[in-house]
Amino acid sequence: MVKPSPHSPHSRPAPAPVPGVVRDTAPRGAALAENPTLETVWAWLSAIPDPEIPAISLTDLGIIRDVAWDGDTLVVTITPTYSGCPATSIINLDIEMALRDHGIENLDLKRQLSPPWTTDWMSDTGRAKLESYGIAPPRPAGGPQHCPHCKSTAVERISQFGSTPCKAQWRCQDCREPFDYFKCI
Amino acid sequence: MSTDPKFEFLCRMGDNALVLGHRVSEWCGTAPVLEEDIALANMALDLIGQTQLWLGMAGEVEGAGRDADKLAFHRDVWDFRNVLLVEQPNGDFGQTMMRQFLFDAWHLAQLTALIDSSDKEIAAIAEKSAKEVTYHLERSSDTVIGLGDGTEESHRRMQAALDLLWPYVGEMFLGDDVDAAMKDAGIAPDPAILRAGYDQLVGDTLAAATLTKPEDDFAHRGGKSGARHSEHLGHMLTQMQWLQRAYPDATW
Repeated sequence: MVKPSPHSPHSRPAPAPVPGVVRDTAPRGAALAENPTLETVWAWLSAIPDPEIPAISLTDLGIIRDVAWDGDTLVVTITPTYSGCPATSIINLDIEMALRDHGIENLDLKRQLSPPWTTDWMSDTGRAKLESYGIAPPRPAGGPQHCPHCKSTAVERISQFGSTPCKAQWRCQDCREPFDYFKCI
Repeated sequence: MSTDPKFEFLCRMGDNALVLGHRVSEWCGTAPVLEEDIALANMALDLIGQTQLWLGMAGEVEGAGRDADKLAFHRDVWDFRNVLLVEQPNGDFGQTMMRQFLFDAWHLAQLTALIDSSDKEIAAIAEKSAKEVTYHLERSSDTVIGLGDGTEESHRRMQAALDLLWPYVGEMFLGDDVDAAMKDAGIAPDPAILRAGYDQLVGDTLAAATLTKPEDDFAHRGGKSGARHSEHLGHMLTQMQWLQRAYPDATW
């Protein structure tokens, strides 16, 4: 969770520019002559990392439900992972900054609760990236297939919860390493 | 305070999640082991997230310019609409988990029923929350069984927790005018119809935990109507609302 410090109220680990400042000082894309295609917008979104698990992108995570043009306003529909996940507001901020950098001026970020987010929407690429990052990807069976480090199938659960709302703590009985498992919901 | 039954109903849902979420968060940094500490903090986080959805909607329904934060931090104890069970103090870890289990079992049944609500926004919040609460119930029932059917000491403590908290169970199933209005509008179920399923689930879990359900079904009431909260809620609010009381409308 990001904790603002008294010296820099918006500081966060990633070297992202501060909103407000980016508008005034950073070079911006020129105003767009016409609406970029939805494909282009999806490609931009797929380059935005998840703020807490930067190994995967927002599209890998499957939380972008829709992208559409309403006249000259770009409407991006986002579904939260967990209702209390503190990353949700950072995600909205990251999306807004990235799209504004690409020259999008009229932007509407919509929250969609139903159908609720499920790990079924995570892309195969996302699952592979998670595993190589050391996080066992979600499985309908309710537990990791194997240890993301040594691939042993001798694994045991330490706790149903972990360092973020979306993860649980497991341990490998062979290499003895603890690891995160991305909960299946 | 508004008397619109839908606003009242949304405050009940939101305040249950808020008050329990805050209570559970009181364990942060002091739980018996690190894993439990993290688990409790995560459950508190889910509940506070659900609070934002319920109280956010309550503020919109009321239409008086109050958002979720205003409702959470600028109301005093008599305006809270949570059931008495969730405001009871944490006690020991066993008592906290017993309270969690007794609430989760009702909460999941309520949310599952609300997925069929005639109000689409309420249905969407319920559908989202039900996923999280399913996970809570899995953990709290496992823990109640593990500690109830554990050592002599853990069994004794869990039975004491059950005896202490059981008189607060009945309130969740007592209907009033607000509930009747919600039922007539197809928004929420009559609380009484959830009782049979609850008794079944709780009975099975307590049996597996080798715990004995108290025979007396006497139920304290006054939380969800706001008429008579227990003394504990006011003390809790002095902590939870401290900053907004000292510095009204302070923001980051």
